[in-house]
Amino acid sequence: MHTESWQSVGPTLDECIKCNICASYCPVAAVTDLFPGPKFVGPQAQRFRENGQPHSPDHSVDYCSGCRVCNEVCPTGVRITEINTRARAELAEEHGIPLRNRMLGRNDVLAKLGSIVPGLANFGLHNGLSRTLADSVMGISKGAKLPRWANDTFAKWMKKTAEQRLKSDKKVVYYHGCSTMYYEPFIGKATVAVFEHHGYEVIVPEQGCCGLPLLNNAEFPEARKYHQRNLDWLTPYARQGYPIVGTSSSCTLTLKEEAPEMLDMHGPEAHELTMAVWDIFEWLRELQESGQLQTDFRPLPMVLPYHSPCQYRAHRIGSPSLEIMSLIPELDIRESHARCCGGAGTYVYKKEKYQIAMDVGAELFDFVKEQGAEVTMTSCNSETCRWHIETGTDLPCRHPIEILAAAYGLYDLDTRDLV
Amino acid sequence: MKRIDTEILVIGGGATGTGVAWDAALRGYRVVLVERRDLTHGTTGRYHGLLHSGGRYVVKDPVSATECIHENRILRKTHTHCIEDTGGFFVVTPEDEGDYPDKFVAGCAATGVPCNEISLKEAMRREPLLNPRISRVFEVPDGSADSFLATHATAQAARMAGAQLLNYHQVTGLIIEGGDGEKRVVGAHVRDVARGEDLEIRAQMTISATGAWANVVAHMAGISISVIPGKGTMVAMNHRVLNTVVNRCKMPADGDIIVPVHTVAVIGTTDERVADPENLRIEPWEVQLMLEEGEKLVPGISRARVVRAWAGVRPLYQEDYAGSSRDATRKFALLDHKERHNIDGFITITGGKWTTFRLMAEKTVDMATSYLGERKPCITATSSVPGVDQGPYWLGHRLHEIEEKKLQGQLVCECELVTRSMLENAVRQNPTITLDDLRRDVRLGMGPCQGGWCTYRAVGIVHEMTVSETGHPAESGTAEWDVAYMQSPARNVSSSASAGAPAIPDDERALFNPNLLLRDFLQERWKGVTPILWGQQLKQERLDELIYLSVMNVDHLPDRDLSSPVTEFYRYDTTPNGNLEAPE
Repeated sequence: MHTESWQSVGPTLDECIKCNICASYCPVAAVTDLFPGPKFVGPQAQRFRENGQPHSPDHSVDYCSGCRVCNEVCPTGVRITEINTRARAELAEEHGIPLRNRMLGRNDVLAKLGSIVPGLANFGLHNGLSRTLADSVMGISKGAKLPRWANDTFAKWMKKTAEQRLKSDKKVVYYHGCSTMYYEPFIGKATVAVFEHHGYEVIVPEQGCCGLPLLNNAEFPEARKYHQRNLDWLTPYARQGYPIVGTSSSCTLTLKEEAPEMLDMHGPEAHELTMAVWDIFEWLRELQESGQLQTDFRPLPMVLPYHSPCQYRAHRIGSPSLEIMSLIPELDIRESHARCCGGAGTYVYKKEKYQIAMDVGAELFDFVKEQGAEVTMTSCNSETCRWHIETGTDLPCRHPIEILAAAYGLYDLDTRDLV
Repeated sequence: MKRIDTEILVIGGGATGTGVAWDAALRGYRVVLVERRDLTHGTTGRYHGLLHSGGRYVVKDPVSATECIHENRILRKTHTHCIEDTGGFFVVTPEDEGDYPDKFVAGCAATGVPCNEISLKEAMRREPLLNPRISRVFEVPDGSADSFLATHATAQAARMAGAQLLNYHQVTGLIIEGGDGEKRVVGAHVRDVARGEDLEIRAQMTISATGAWANVVAHMAGISISVIPGKGTMVAMNHRVLNTVVNRCKMPADGDIIVPVHTVAVIGTTDERVADPENLRIEPWEVQLMLEEGEKLVPGISRARVVRAWAGVRPLYQEDYAGSSRDATRKFALLDHKERHNIDGFITITGGKWTTFRLMAEKTVDMATSYLGERKPCITATSSVPGVDQGPYWLGHRLHEIEEKKLQGQLVCECELVTRSMLENAVRQNPTITLDDLRRDVRLGMGPCQGGWCTYRAVGIVHEMTVSETGHPAESGTAEWDVAYMQSPARNVSSSASAGAPAIPDDERALFNPNLLLRDFLQERWKGVTPILWGQQLKQERLDELIYLSVMNVDHLPDRDLSSPVTEFYRYDTTPNGNLEAPE
């Protein structure tokens, strides 16, 4: 891969001292021989890649799930995942991108299409025949849980309820992402309810997919367009000093640093956005620290296994979800220390990677099982992780904001709707 | 005492010496080559790896420039797999004002060095890290070369043509017959330094191809020649940084070139005259200068990781001889001692550069022919060494083969992708005394960790081979050398023992003491790291230190009285504080 600048991720390979800690923590290398491990395909292989080679020397880097556990454990700061993502992009440039990956990369487009007639879309996608066909023709794993389109998008709900929405001098910008928009508007509802519970008016500006699926499926030029679009839409709010708060830990990470870093978009605009974007619990923790967090919690008597997803840990903000949820009376949170749920965004949807995703997830699934039969649901911040955890545990998985909204008495965890 | 009779004795196993042996053997002479350490241990294995286009010499030394481009084209055919077609840039930085660029263009035209001015935009597209303040860029057919592999390949070609090559054989004296005015060199006393045996090699013509050491050999004939060792210090960056050779477009000077070779980028060089070619001490100012000058070509490079520094010694020849000059150019010196000193049977070839080694060999053997009588014509320019069928080297070559053959689990040296079979076959198929020999064979320990993880693995493997093999002992020096595919993981998927290749010769096996192998290699690697011990490499060395000193207690290994032929050389400290005493 070409090193565009010293600030780019490539030169961080120089930090590698070959200690192999990443190799011993990598959840993917632990379950399959198809992936030689983060050190091998990352800083090590990177020394053998260059621009204009007859062909890409290696392809096993494609088995990197992008979970970032390697980055997390690296004692010297090599941007291993990013090096791998770029190497995959090089491969894609050379071999082309399969239709399947183009589709997975453009989840926002599919989601939008399906939302036009959600009933039909759900029927069309969620039946055995379609899934079998998708599996055999497209290579989209049959076992992986696909989301269902909601009858109404989050935007429609916002429009419908515009009259009831709180007006206030305290304003917050909500970045909901595609999943909340089309599949899980209830996450958005819970979020808006929590914001308003704190006296904040919620601004939902025009916004697009953060581009992470594109980055993970090696479509860099397209991802660049996506990020630029979001910069155009969101930076004006950042300039006005509004916090831009998101509920999807992967989307916010992409806006914060993944996109500018991977795409070498280091301009002042990108920096302004980086500084303005918050994860919702990171933001709530700020409220707590300044004594503004509402604490009118109702008890939630249950055992709740909670998994902090890889992309959330990559924010390097500690565990604000855990900190805030632990204020809820009678809620017995059991934190998983599993490395990764295995799903890794669009990874699990790729047929050849499905079993790997299940095997990686076993660590987490077993943990959930060990918490006993009284467990009725789990919790995790990232949507694709939640879907995968549901596949692996047969239990519903809720976003911590849903748990919090429920504790404020604003939300029903079973019907997933505001009360 | 063992005695060998031959027609030509070549002293020196660098590029030139092996080239002479190859050329002479192909012409039908009986040839013996002796090298006191491993092949390429001297200057050949310590240069920056540039395959000259001739661009560096078009203004200063047009004859050399023409030679370079001529040889550049030949070597791409004769040693294809040892060369990477990186291309080269000559760039005009803000500091390189004046009319040099125009002279350069005119010089290229006059000397036949292809030169094409390209836009800065195009240059930056290809090399985004280049200094954006560069004003002009000229593209030339520079390349980079693996001088270890090329020399080994030349040596194998020489052997296949009938030459006998003996490494770790040091000349202790020339055998001289006749009195004043009738003196004749008729061979040399040679010591097999690995086994401690003496032998006598009788030859009709003795050719000294000892480069910077030429005067050491000349003194044995009672004469003195004007070769001054010129030390050049280089630093290797931890990764390629650039994929094109980049030169400053100005009169050649210190630190004006960056050569991407294998996995590293080499910034070179200084040029310091030293009294002793063994004196490879690296001064702090040299490292600093390389980085400061490198910064002018690639801003930011001085803050990137330096993996190693080393020095080589150029043979700088100064002509003080007033007679007719048969020397082909100023750049290499072919000295006929019959004509110069009235000593028969003795030729010295020195000076020059790696790129012109074949031409130097050709001219040298031409001169020998004038005494020994005509044989077959020189055919090295149209021959090729074993291994060329692999095509030109490309950076991804090893990674690609490892990937295709799924050899990720077989790595001994992870940084440079050396598999166990590559290592084992190199031990069996090449004369091996130290792990450093294996480094030159397969690049063991040349990557970021500088032997941190592979040293103990390699020692274990070599030890296992020496205790488990009961194979047929091969006679010293006669085991088949096979280096054609030495650097290819895919061609070494299994250890060659099963394929009927020779076992390690018994006498060689006896030399393998694992504790000695370990100490020697650690010391050798350490030597090149001490001058650049900061930043990331310091972290690396701290980890390596923990592995060897804290976990393995290497400072207190048994067999401390043992030494190899190179132990002392490795202990020669590279820092300004002088020699490091052997640990008590």
